[in-house]
Amino acid sequence: MTTIVRNIWVAIALAAAVLAPAAIFPTAFVRAAETEVNIDQFTFLPQRITVKAGTTVTWSNEDDVPHTVASSSKVFKSKALDTADKFSFTFTTPGTYDYFCSVHPHMTGAVVVEAATGSNAAQ
Amino acid sequence: MGIIGEARAAEPSGLTFLQISDSHVGFDKPANPNALGTLEEALNKINALPVKPSFIIHTGDITHLSKPSEFDDADRIISQARLDVHYVPGEHDVLDEDVKLYRDRYGRGTKGAGWYSFDANGVHFIGLVNVVDLKAGGLGNLGNEQLEWLENDLKGRAASTPIVVFAHIPLWSVYPAWGWGTEDAARALDYLKRFGSVTVLNGHIHQIMQKVEGNVTFHTARSTAFPQPAPGTAPSPGPLKVADDKLRSVLGITDVTFKRGQQRLAIIDQPLQR
Repeated sequence: MTTIVRNIWVAIALAAAVLAPAAIFPTAFVRAAETEVNIDQFTFLPQRITVKAGTTVTWSNEDDVPHTVASSSKVFKSKALDTADKFSFTFTTPGTYDYFCSVHPHMTGAVVVEAATGSNAAQ
Repeated sequence: MGIIGEARAAEPSGLTFLQISDSHVGFDKPANPNALGTLEEALNKINALPVKPSFIIHTGDITHLSKPSEFDDADRIISQARLDVHYVPGEHDVLDEDVKLYRDRYGRGTKGAGWYSFDANGVHFIGLVNVVDLKAGGLGNLGNEQLEWLENDLKGRAASTPIVVFAHIPLWSVYPAWGWGTEDAARALDYLKRFGSVTVLNGHIHQIMQKVEGNVTFHTARSTAFPQPAPGTAPSPGPLKVADDKLRSVLGITDVTFKRGQQRLAIIDQPLQR
């Protein structure tokens, strides 16, 4: 019985190591936060989001025309996203990240990143 | 120069050219599942015109996604006119960061991201680029380098020279909430104000709009691919789906004729189908 339990833990550890190389660090067992922003009707929705440091934000384009997600201070920039294409960026440093669509610059948004605290810390 | 050439040179006739815009080759969404097909219909219409135009200007968004295959398909169809085509890029043609795909094909003899000028029958044509280096929260943008070039290009020209300016995004504020305007167009128009006849031809908004301000006539052409809503009549400027049997009545080509002695050029928009 003990052997089986131990083997299960070994198997889990191996699976984690194979599936996510970052998993060799114990804290990585805590699931990193993820959040989504839709691009719909030439608008980022929600237009302004607040997340904890370490959060991965994924934008997905629901429009019939291509858009981009471009940081105003050039921290990140997607390629042109066609309909249903997605772009992800992981925010590790607290701060306010203004961004816009470089194809249709009247489309703007912001990601506010707060310092990670407590057990939600992903790093 | 032979007899025919001399006869032509002696004729004080004007100039007819054609504008097409926003062909969006590669677009296949419900608003028009076959944008390449409607571009071909536009070319058929051009080839059937009673007066053959001297050349074509294309005011951008040749392709939908700046893909090499889309540029190739557009070239294959547009070359059926057997006419010179003068292009300026739309924002859909410069989706690659360094504007390489557009410039490799159309950039020969142009400056910057593809601006240039040329003369035909005494009319001075200026192709401007207002779709690169766009700023957050802003509109179309010409930029300082291009504006300085424009100032120099116009310097020393007689005020009686008819001027045709063409660019993708309208050079006047059509509807800034949808980005339909050009941030620094006022400076360009300032350089143009001493000229007696200025015609500004744009695309981008996929519908006809015209405005006359002093000596300047502004005009936007229809798309050959899909219509867009009138300003403020929809939540966004995205492609407008109309009934299938109505689509060709809101797509089209624009025929422009200059007659010596007349201040305003005659601009005639023709739908693909009435």
